[in-house]
Amino acid sequence: MTAMTEVQPARYSWGGDEFIFVELAEEMSLQANFRAMAITKKLSDARPDGVLEICPANASYQVQYDPDVLEPAELLALLQDLEQQVGDAHELALSTRVLEVPVLYRDPWTTETLMRFRDRHQDPNATDIEYAARINGYGGVDDFIAAHSGSPWFTSMVGFVAGLPFLFQMVPRERQIIVPKYLRPRTDTPKQTVGYGGCFACIYSVRGAGGYQMLGITPAPIYDPTQSLPDFTDFMVLFRPADIVKFAPIDRERYDELLAEVEAGTFHVTARPVEFHLQSFLDDPDGYNARLLEVLK
Amino acid sequence: MIEVLKPGLSTTVQDAGRTGYYHLGIPPSGALDQYSLRAANLLVGNPAGAAVLEAVYMGPELAFTDDAVVAVAGASMVPKVNGEERPLWESFPVSAGDVLSFAYLTAGARAYIAVSGGIDVPEVLGSRSTYALGALGGFSGRPLAAGDRLPVGSAPGASPGRSVPADLRPNVAKDIEVRVVMGLYDHRLSEAGRAAFLDSTWDLTPVADRIGFRYAGPELETVPREPPFGAGQDPSNIVDAPYPIGSIQVPGSVEPIILHRDAVSGGGYMMIATVLSGDLDLVAQSAPKTRTRFVEVDLDGALATRSDYRKRTRRLAEALGS
Repeated sequence: MTAMTEVQPARYSWGGDEFIFVELAEEMSLQANFRAMAITKKLSDARPDGVLEICPANASYQVQYDPDVLEPAELLALLQDLEQQVGDAHELALSTRVLEVPVLYRDPWTTETLMRFRDRHQDPNATDIEYAARINGYGGVDDFIAAHSGSPWFTSMVGFVAGLPFLFQMVPRERQIIVPKYLRPRTDTPKQTVGYGGCFACIYSVRGAGGYQMLGITPAPIYDPTQSLPDFTDFMVLFRPADIVKFAPIDRERYDELLAEVEAGTFHVTARPVEFHLQSFLDDPDGYNARLLEVLK
Repeated sequence: MIEVLKPGLSTTVQDAGRTGYYHLGIPPSGALDQYSLRAANLLVGNPAGAAVLEAVYMGPELAFTDDAVVAVAGASMVPKVNGEERPLWESFPVSAGDVLSFAYLTAGARAYIAVSGGIDVPEVLGSRSTYALGALGGFSGRPLAAGDRLPVGSAPGASPGRSVPADLRPNVAKDIEVRVVMGLYDHRLSEAGRAAFLDSTWDLTPVADRIGFRYAGPELETVPREPPFGAGQDPSNIVDAPYPIGSIQVPGSVEPIILHRDAVSGGGYMMIATVLSGDLDLVAQSAPKTRTRFVEVDLDGALATRSDYRKRTRRLAEALGS
């Protein structure tokens, strides 16, 4: 993890007459994600006329543009230039935030839901979290929860549906949790379920279909289209790409207290501003993470 | 004010859509058939992108509390005022107390009902469009229900009897060609897979809504590979990536899905092509069983098509005196 891996040239592809899609790496890595962040941040700062949407993703990004205003060839050249400027992104420094997200693991609501969909699961005799713990070689669910909540996560993409964060664990690859998605997607997932699929954690922003394993639930709202809760005064979506997340295990009693705060309109997610520096993180992930999380204390 | 007596199958408030929030998972939304949105609005003297009602497969029944000018464009769903037929693609007056209803759909899929002054629900993130999956915009973030009362903006003085010339009305057919630019992850297809995609006629399944249109046809052969870290085991899996509006994804290498204007903004399935922005109107008017062929064009071809579309919308505006 300490060494930067070799950077492959990006792959550019046109999406019809209005989109350009850029894949920075075929496989997922924090480095590919940081390159996507760095390039899209530069593009966002420059904001040439004709650029309509800039969507950073896990190891890729896309831009929607108006070719009547900005020539496709000109946009392509600009993005290639930004790719060169960013390089391996090791100097990237981001002004971002650390958010503490309370989680009731093994909660009754996702447990009830997962029991209804056992016929779509790899291991019908276990719960999702028992299955995730076992296939990742943890001694038991408690060890799995300790690993899941012990290191921070990087918001590598926001999307799928409104405000849903994809989260990538900030640990060396050999310690990353990998969990397959359901064999066939569920038709139901409780709102604010903390899920896991492939190498990504997520928090479902709305109730609906889903294929990620369900590990628990957070009382913290992450999407509020009515903007009536205090965390949503400025915008209806809590997460932004590059937000750093620390999961904090809570018990049922604490969950009920926090839910009462949500209902009373007084709940706030703990969020602190931080500067994130990629090279410092890569040099000493565990030490850097520990210092990063100090801001929550 | 318009009172909703019957909502139809799924009627939503839509305008030209919202821009700038796709990176947070909030798609553009807006009328799936943008040309018909323009036509309906210009007919009643509204700005081209004003908010209208989009009715899919079955029209609503609406009672007007005030005089207004109305126009219906898009699918062939003949409007009726107090039971008497009115023309499509032409503006007509309604009086306070009148009830607007619709005959059965005979062609196309989505009708656009414009009212002089526009549907005056509040703007959310710069648009009045409904994004139902996110409970956002439109009327309370959802399709209309019986008993809803829709506010209407003050009318700028539109004239009834305006009509879209015959050559500017789109042809709606049961067999269509949709132009696409190949790319994104089309290298995951084998030669045979690629040929099967472009040479087959695809049938639109009943799974066709504002998020996506799913097609039945052959399985598409992929190139064998070692899955890259984070992508998942199935050959159609990729590390979750952004989805262009109009992109065609092929989960499990079967049943391609065209993502439309309420698209999920990203995910882990290979996309192999993107529908040209103008041809999304054609997709919008596809009813289940529509036989569809995907025709490849290159970027220059896509830009030429875009330019034709722009000319056509300018001619529409000129013909309707805007």
